[in-house]
Amino acid sequence: MNDKINEMLQRSAQNANQSEKSFIRPEDEEREVIAPDGSTIKINPIYDYFSGKKPQEEKPLNGVVEKFLNWARAESIWVLGFGTGCGSIEIPPLMTPRFDAYRFGVQMRATPRQSNAFIISGYLSVKTLKRVIRSYEQMPSPKYVLALGSCTINGGMYYDSYSTINRLDKYIPVDVYIAGCMPRPEALLAGFMKLKELIKEGKAEKANEYARNFDEYKANQKKIIKDWNMPDYNW
Amino acid sequence: MSIYLKLGATLLGFLIVLNWGMLMSAIFRKIVARLAGRHGIPFYQPWIDLLKNIGIRTTLTHGVMFYLGPIFRFTGALGMFLFMPALFGSDLWANFSFQGDIVLILYFQLFGMLGMALGAGEGGHPHSTIGITRGLAQHAAIELPLTLGIIALAIQYQTLSLNEIIAAQQGGMANWSIFTNPVAGAAILLAALGAMGHSPFNLVKAPNEIPIGPPTEYHSTYLGVLMSSGAVLHVMEAALFMNLLFGGATSWPEFILKTFLIYFYSVFVGAVFPRFRIEQSVVWFFKIPLALGILAILLISF
Repeated sequence: MNDKINEMLQRSAQNANQSEKSFIRPEDEEREVIAPDGSTIKINPIYDYFSGKKPQEEKPLNGVVEKFLNWARAESIWVLGFGTGCGSIEIPPLMTPRFDAYRFGVQMRATPRQSNAFIISGYLSVKTLKRVIRSYEQMPSPKYVLALGSCTINGGMYYDSYSTINRLDKYIPVDVYIAGCMPRPEALLAGFMKLKELIKEGKAEKANEYARNFDEYKANQKKIIKDWNMPDYNW
Repeated sequence: MSIYLKLGATLLGFLIVLNWGMLMSAIFRKIVARLAGRHGIPFYQPWIDLLKNIGIRTTLTHGVMFYLGPIFRFTGALGMFLFMPALFGSDLWANFSFQGDIVLILYFQLFGMLGMALGAGEGGHPHSTIGITRGLAQHAAIELPLTLGIIALAIQYQTLSLNEIIAAQQGGMANWSIFTNPVAGAAILLAALGAMGHSPFNLVKAPNEIPIGPPTEYHSTYLGVLMSSGAVLHVMEAALFMNLLFGGATSWPEFILKTFLIYFYSVFVGAVFPRFRIEQSVVWFFKIPLALGILAILLISF
């Protein structure tokens, strides 16, 4: 067993030397294995289970229809319940009697498939960034990102940390920044209002921007995520 | 009466029920918000959510059954509506009820759930599977007291037709089954708490432990179809209990008032009691409601 793992590790080390850099973990590499019935089959652990298709730009509809849909999108913002940093403590008060974001059509959802808005709440470690990318890509378009706190703008107090990123918009496109350390829930509500304005004006099309500049964003992401064991786009 | 007029009336009735269901879900959330001291959502939020979901651009599928799941669910809701007399004594709104419609309605209630189980199963998310397992286990526990209560009523009125059961209850509140057969009524109403799916029996969706449950992978139009069929199902389940126990309705205002009260009976129970775990909920149905159901059968048979 150890021999096999050593062999795989060697091969991945060779691969790393050969091409620019291969971050795929040895157990996720494309390889031949012996199936339970004795035959030899080729497996590719990442792409056997996931689609390798790249995202496409999805054009808005024409005129009044899109305006009407944009109004509906603005009045019904479903937020993914994913707290990344210390700012996530500012999100629960939004749902309490004092701030009550439900008034404005803001609701929390537990799954990325049903969410439209993603609050990156504060500093983002490299480990979390990977999960953020997976979740962001699984959200259906149109999707919006609110970046909370100064950590997402320039790194904030973690600007020289070995494990956090400094600028969020190098990795995923951001619609609204909410500055502060930490911004209070009122600031977050103001951010939601700004996002609503943008959506109603038809300016919140960052999902399309992500698709358009996909290669650039991917290159940035792969530069800092060392164990890339997922497909290039998580459908 | 021409079949076109009848179909048109049925379609109109379906729209009334759909919109009433959406409004009820909004009122439900508004009441829960007020109980928590919040202002709550605007009353038109469910319609906006529905529009938003239809307007989503990305739609992914995990296979044929995933695609069919919401359609099965919608068929279950539509079937419950089509074969239940919405208004008693009205030619237009009696829909397509016939002798033995109770059996079909009970089947349709389960049908949507099974379709959803197949569809969500193909979605492949572990939370979906947990939700389905819990949902079907709980549904089996609900079905026993519910069916026993309904059979007791069927024996009492010697019919399996909802129309005849409603007809037998006309002529004042004293004739309602809930007063003429209180034991069966209690069994059905306790089972109704589970069938409505509010707390303490809402662990199928259990928002805080298995996020969203079966529809975890459903999004955009799929979710829109699920939302609208859920609205219809809630109204029609309340209408089933109204027809069985509370003398049916003879006009739309009466229909709306009675379904509202039956639905909110489960909402208020839910606002007071916290969520059961699955083993607690199944055992709960197997204790008092099941005993009441068996007692109802025994009382009516001997």
